[in-house]
Amino acid sequence: MASFLIKRLIHGIVVLWVVATLTFILLRLAPGGPFDTERKLPPEVLANIQAKYHLDEPLWSQYLRYLGGIVHADLGPSYKYLDRAVSRIIADTLPTSALLGLLALIFALGVSFPAGLIAASFRNSWIDRLSLLAATLGISVPHFILGALLIWLFALQLGWLQAGRWDDAASMILPTMTLGAAPAAYLAALLRSTVIETLGEDFIRTARAKGLRESTVLFKHALRNSLVPLLTVMGPLVAILLTGSFVVEYVFAIPGMGRFFITAVTDRDYPMIMGVTLVYTALLVAANFLVDLCYSYIDPRIRAYG
Amino acid sequence: MTTSLNRIRSTRAHDPLLLCSLFFLLAVAACGFLAPWISPYSAAGFEEQQILEPPSWTHWLGTDSLGRDLLTRILYGARVSIAVGIGTAMIALVIGTVYGLVSGFAGGSLDNFMMRIVDIFYGLPDMLIFILLSLLFGRTVSGLLVALGLVSWVRFARMARGQVLQAKEFLFVEGARAMGASRRRTVLRHILPNILGPIIVTLTFSIPAAILAESTLSFIGLGINDPYSAWGTSWGSLAQDGWRAMRTYPHLIFFPAAAIFLTILAFNTLGNALRDALDPKLN
Repeated sequence: MASFLIKRLIHGIVVLWVVATLTFILLRLAPGGPFDTERKLPPEVLANIQAKYHLDEPLWSQYLRYLGGIVHADLGPSYKYLDRAVSRIIADTLPTSALLGLLALIFALGVSFPAGLIAASFRNSWIDRLSLLAATLGISVPHFILGALLIWLFALQLGWLQAGRWDDAASMILPTMTLGAAPAAYLAALLRSTVIETLGEDFIRTARAKGLRESTVLFKHALRNSLVPLLTVMGPLVAILLTGSFVVEYVFAIPGMGRFFITAVTDRDYPMIMGVTLVYTALLVAANFLVDLCYSYIDPRIRAYG
Repeated sequence: MTTSLNRIRSTRAHDPLLLCSLFFLLAVAACGFLAPWISPYSAAGFEEQQILEPPSWTHWLGTDSLGRDLLTRILYGARVSIAVGIGTAMIALVIGTVYGLVSGFAGGSLDNFMMRIVDIFYGLPDMLIFILLSLLFGRTVSGLLVALGLVSWVRFARMARGQVLQAKEFLFVEGARAMGASRRRTVLRHILPNILGPIIVTLTFSIPAAILAESTLSFIGLGINDPYSAWGTSWGSLAQDGWRAMRTYPHLIFFPAAAIFLTILAFNTLGNALRDALDPKLN
């Protein structure tokens, strides 16, 4: 098992290095730069700026400087916010994004478990069709449309909640629902199909033949055995949450990392773009590592042969 | 191929949801293509007499802040969405399927190495790679097409490789190889036709994913917004315009949002139906 985890850890580090390198190359190739202004800068000023940010050095030296910085958690200066380092901005905004992501994950799990179980146990009934329809709708609706709809309904028409704030619990309801809807739909559909598959297994027939109550069969036997496939999708799910987070943060004006990322792309603030990309990747790698840990804990075969 | 089509026809021809989706998508594509002939208005320009009108008989979906007919702009926007959706899927299909076929058929360490690369891309959030690539390729329809194609090919690669590994075990493939068929012939004549079903399903799901990605990018202000080009303005950009005025003029966001949502929903419904029809396990 230890060798399995070490292998995964090395894999994660390789992923980070590949992403760091590709982003570095990509952004050096991209046309236009952060210092392209409407008015042409005098050459001396431009040279000074380039010297300050080490842009006058050869590419490989910039690359090594960049990689060396990452090891020390230093992601360089922001081109846009002159007095703040990228690491500083990320440290300030990451907790907000993490809270939003966590709330959305809890929301998704809280909705999908009852919905998936009910749909599976009343298979092909109207309630099953209804939840399947809801799942298709939830997967199809883009974050920005759902967010706009919720704001229009609950903030503008009904006046129950306010949009564009991020301070108390009430202000977090709408963003959480917006970000959590797609994962909830995805998980519910997945849970439904795995539970239905599990309910067809022999050990379920045995359990029923023993005269166990249907609820015991469902929760103790079927649900437990359906959890492993759910765990497999947790990695991609974190990716969905991360992707959604910058749209949701944009729509609800939440001061998180994603909104800074969008601004950084508009401003071509390259160190900021690279920094956020790396943090996203690191989060994903960490999430996948956690999933692997849980996996090897649940499934003894992986512990033995991994 | 023909058996797959027959299976789809026999099991799903009566499904009203599938038929509705299909007709809706055909209508969207036709309207986008025929936009200049359908609409009496222009998608560009400035009409100061009719700014921000609510829906009426002259302007069915109202007008925007420059007096442009919203329905006309949405019709032109369909061009962007359909082109980006189908174009991306085609690029991804070609790159991904060839990659997957080569990797799966080669096997061994080459397969291992090629799939490692796919794994890295597969794990990263699509939107993140998409935004980074769009910086490189520019904010035009063709630029976004290439960027999105480079994002979504991994799905095809994984699927194609998995199918090849399965197909390699089929007796008729073994038979063909035993009879001395070349590698090229085995792949093109025996394996490829047999994995067409899953390819079609993946294709159907990658179109709405591309439309979603493009409209999201346009909504956050990083996408296509050029009313003077033949492409018109993306639905996502229209929704962003509407978003700024949602409090007073909700129709400006409602109709573009509905167009995006219904199109994505129709493609997903189509994909679900195709998957159910082509998955022998479910029949």
